[in-house]
Amino acid sequence: MTDTPLLKVSGVSKFYGSRIGCKDVNFELWPGEVLAIVGESGSGKTTLLNCLSTRLMPTAGSVEYRMRDGNFRDLYHMSEAERRFLMRTDWGFVHQNPADGLRMTVSAGANVGERLMAVGDRHYGRIRETATDWLGRVEISADRIDDQPRAFSGGMRQRLQIARNLVTGPRLVFMDEPTGGLDVSVQARLLDLVRGLVNDLGLAAIVVTHDLAVARLLSHRMMVMKDGHVIEHGLTDRVLDDPREPYTQLLVSSILQV
Amino acid sequence: MTADLATYNFAYLDEQTKRMIRRAILKAIAIPGYQVPFASREMPMPYGWGTGGVQVTASIIGPEDVLKVIDQGADDTTNAVSIRAFFQKVADVAVTTHTKDATIIQTRHRIPEQKLTEGQILVYQVPIPEPLRFLEPRETETRKMHALEEYGLMHVKLYEDIAINGRISKTYAYPVKVDGRYVMDPSPTPKFDNPKMHMSDALQLFGAGREKRIYAVPPHTQVVSLDFEDYPFEIQKFEQDCALCGAHGVYLDEVVLDDKGGRMFVCSDTDHCEDRREHGHVGAMLATDREAAE
Repeated sequence: MTDTPLLKVSGVSKFYGSRIGCKDVNFELWPGEVLAIVGESGSGKTTLLNCLSTRLMPTAGSVEYRMRDGNFRDLYHMSEAERRFLMRTDWGFVHQNPADGLRMTVSAGANVGERLMAVGDRHYGRIRETATDWLGRVEISADRIDDQPRAFSGGMRQRLQIARNLVTGPRLVFMDEPTGGLDVSVQARLLDLVRGLVNDLGLAAIVVTHDLAVARLLSHRMMVMKDGHVIEHGLTDRVLDDPREPYTQLLVSSILQV
Repeated sequence: MTADLATYNFAYLDEQTKRMIRRAILKAIAIPGYQVPFASREMPMPYGWGTGGVQVTASIIGPEDVLKVIDQGADDTTNAVSIRAFFQKVADVAVTTHTKDATIIQTRHRIPEQKLTEGQILVYQVPIPEPLRFLEPRETETRKMHALEEYGLMHVKLYEDIAINGRISKTYAYPVKVDGRYVMDPSPTPKFDNPKMHMSDALQLFGAGREKRIYAVPPHTQVVSLDFEDYPFEIQKFEQDCALCGAHGVYLDEVVLDDKGGRMFVCSDTDHCEDRREHGHVGAMLATDREAAE
């Protein structure tokens, strides 16, 4: 980790008419750090994530990102071409529903290779080699490379989506409920995999989840949101073991103990 | 010409419409490969019969022009005959089947075998102008991809071809990059004709009537077929020669002769084939016919 943050978020607000999406969010994210955003449905988690990842224009505030050249750039003052280039090279976005993040009608290999081709790789053999390598890293066997994601199980699709995002070596990955809709054992494997990859690659990640167990396993820090506001913010273990806000206490105590 | 035809303006379209289409054509020439929207008119023929090409031809044709129309390379098929007759009627222009005599050639699916020269204009009838259409259904998104030069998706398609078939199996409407910038669909011409578009001396205009788009490749413009470094672009190769004129290295049509497996390969460009036969070239089948006659 370095002294300079990767992402600086200040005063980000999003209003849907008079309704609040999220209000006055401030935080910084450092390289290699995983931040979890937790809260119940409708608390503004996904709105905030979309505002940070340039998928949704915030009403107010600024999001600054440290580019590879070391300079901070305000995402909303960049040209659209630069923003889209950033999104498919230096960033990743893992959707809750893999069908949103994958091309369901082209093979797994092409799904992984798309970003490489988008940045100008024109050598079939090399693209395929990289794709095979990445499928291996997300525990998809190499003989499935020419199968379409339609033929994959939910867990495999999610892992394929992760491979597709990580192939260009991004520095920041956004994840929206990455384990939503998966059964518990598959969830556990996926979390294990993501944790390993984040460690190995030194990725920074922002993970939106309603599942506190996911936050506990993956994240270093977490933010608790309620009604569009960040009500508590701190190290994951501190927030979960010693919640200060009444709402967070409620949230933590409502986890079923098996 | 009979008197009742005087109600038509020269070349069917009214002058304001021609003006509008010419403006679109000029813009298209200025930005090679870029699809310019235009207010396509109803034409007295159904969509898919070349309404886009007919409108382009109608806008650029003058009384002195000599028109040739081909359909799949042939001058004598329905589409070619009817469009040729149309312009004879509404513009009273000279028509020809000889590539070298024509000033405007309207085409569906082929580029003539004979090299086009400076001053000639090739007008293509285009069904679907958007090369990314079957990869990305949203028009807003494909326009953005063109604007930002995001063409990775096109290679995803080629990748899939190789992964499934072991080679790039696209044989027609093979995507090209024009002047190093826009990716363009060369209309459903066989990829055999792609190299002819590169640095052509003739002006190439593309009209899509239903989709309301015009695009162009000006003379002496780079047209490069997309490929991979380790799977380079290749054109079709034919083992046989033309059965009638013996031509080699031209695009051939396969014609089934009977239900016992008999077939022949013959030039798709009928004018080229006739010209060669006039100059004494004889293909295998014609030679046997002559021997039988003697």
